[in-house]
Amino acid sequence: MSSDRIFGLVAALVALAYVVSATQIQTSFLADPVGPKVFPIGIGIIGAISAMFLVFRPDPEPQWPVARTFLALGFAVLVLVAYAYALKPLGFLLPTAIVAGILSYQISPRARFAAITGASLAIGLFLIFRFALGLGLVAFPRWLAG
Amino acid sequence: MDLLANLSLGFSIALSPYTLILAIVGCFLGTIIGALPGLGPSNGVAILIPLTFTLGLDATSALVLMTSVYYGAMYGGRISSILLNIPGDEPALMTTLDGYPMAKAGRAGDALILSGFASFVGATLATIGLMLLAPLLARVAYLFGPAEYFALYLLAFCTLGGMASNNQAKAAIASCIGLGIAMIGVDNTSGMPRLTGGNLHLYDGVDFLVAIVGLFAVAEVFFFIESHGKNSSIGIKLEKTRVPWRDIYETRWTMLRSSVVGFVAGILPGAGASLGSFLAYMSEKSIAGAKGGFGTGVARGVAAPEAGNNAAAGGALVPMLTLGVPGSGTTAVLLALLMTLNITPGPTLFADRPEVIWGLIASLLIANVVLLLMNVPMVKVFVRVLQVPPAILLPGVTMISFIGIYSLSGSYFDLLLMIGFGILGYVLRKLDIPTVPVILGILLGGNMEDALRRAMVIADGDGWYLFSTPISIGLWIAAIAGFIAPMFMRGLLQKPQRVTD
Repeated sequence: MSSDRIFGLVAALVALAYVVSATQIQTSFLADPVGPKVFPIGIGIIGAISAMFLVFRPDPEPQWPVARTFLALGFAVLVLVAYAYALKPLGFLLPTAIVAGILSYQISPRARFAAITGASLAIGLFLIFRFALGLGLVAFPRWLAG
Repeated sequence: MDLLANLSLGFSIALSPYTLILAIVGCFLGTIIGALPGLGPSNGVAILIPLTFTLGLDATSALVLMTSVYYGAMYGGRISSILLNIPGDEPALMTTLDGYPMAKAGRAGDALILSGFASFVGATLATIGLMLLAPLLARVAYLFGPAEYFALYLLAFCTLGGMASNNQAKAAIASCIGLGIAMIGVDNTSGMPRLTGGNLHLYDGVDFLVAIVGLFAVAEVFFFIESHGKNSSIGIKLEKTRVPWRDIYETRWTMLRSSVVGFVAGILPGAGASLGSFLAYMSEKSIAGAKGGFGTGVARGVAAPEAGNNAAAGGALVPMLTLGVPGSGTTAVLLALLMTLNITPGPTLFADRPEVIWGLIASLLIANVVLLLMNVPMVKVFVRVLQVPPAILLPGVTMISFIGIYSLSGSYFDLLLMIGFGILGYVLRKLDIPTVPVILGILLGGNMEDALRRAMVIADGDGWYLFSTPISIGLWIAAIAGFIAPMFMRGLLQKPQRVTD
């Protein structure tokens, strides 16, 4: 019950904010009868109305995971974000092995298995992408490779 | 005969060794993607799209590869349905109802081969239907002006929202999320940035591939972390396999009927393969009556959903190719592929680039034969693939998604955006909000707004122009009916949750 209400409320607020920022769109001298504002404003209004439906007529509550699983999911997101930043400066192999290993451990908590999975995925994917698909991946950080 | 000339053109392209190899590779990859729980047609095709660019394939080759993957995934979904009682992808859900009981009764091999054959019948008939119907529809599509296109896009959102979701408001929110995201970036007509919040990365807009991979592939990883990849060990042993000729012969009419039902369901915008297999199973069940024994592992219960599902997969290509409006989640992903290849689907595609269309149709026919050969004698290979544990598979999928998106733009910003879409996809699916309308909105939002604005330029701002031709009035009525009618058919159309195709 309440998840739908909360989501509906948040979505309605976002939609309203969207409408407000859409009114700020600058029009240029190349004007057409509709202009660049009308369509986004319309979407925002329809979105806000449908979101209010959720607030007043929510569906049954979905099964949310327990708090510990949420922590695990949050950690997974953090790891992925770190991976996004690490990919360029640190090269492909090291970050991929670590991140793949962590994800593997999170799905099935066996440390050795996860470590092997991470390492072999990193090497295997690197070989496939570099040599079979011809992608210009950098294996190691520049300061290491010299 | 126009058709024969076109077909021979198609086969002259499809039978070149290079295209043939791509089709075979696509079928193989597709069957694996379909068979593995956690990888379905839509996310499988999505993570492969960036890779086709790195391979530098031309339009026809890329399309042949991806549609083979698409057809293959539809075949492969049945394998885990039958052996694990877990649908390998959404459309294969109905196959679990009779396939798993049949496998438990010691007839796993029979069920796999029968369903493989049913898939072949459904897919082949649907490809022939596509061949006959698409050129006709393409001719009708010439009558479409901007007003009609606007109504058509609306129809796609309405029927998709109406049928693919259990709650209309949620489908509408999903469509608005997608359309709203599509507005971000520089406006085509006026050249002014819109809703970018001053972020330079957003001036080009949000790349739909980033959104698709995030919503479909990255979100899946979060689900597996939540469930710790349980329920994925093989419970059924596969003994000797031989061809159950008698079952195939006895289910011939079931296969034909289900193919027709599935094909029609597939053509409807927004309905897709899940609805095709659902309707095919339900109609066969009511034809057979109580003594048909549906749900206890009968041959007809295995053949019907598989024929329906594969026929719908072919049917869904019809509106996608002729009108540029996808009929399902996976065809939406295929549309994304076409758009990135700079091919505009629609009637002009049939006139200007016949080699793309007919090469595609011919390779679909070939792919079907290849898939039948792969899925009947080689079914054991794919059963082996099912033993890959999710703790290897899902990290692999994530890494491939990251590399694929990274190779498109080389910017960490797109990767962050992709993670954001992954979180969004997780939350939406938890709340039973369909994600396919989000994709459709991002894909079609720009075109939809363009159609509206061009219509208004023609009519000089007169809103009634949108309802000025019989075609557009018909589309508006169909759109409203498609959105409202399912509300009254809830009891009749009690659908399984989480339709992603």
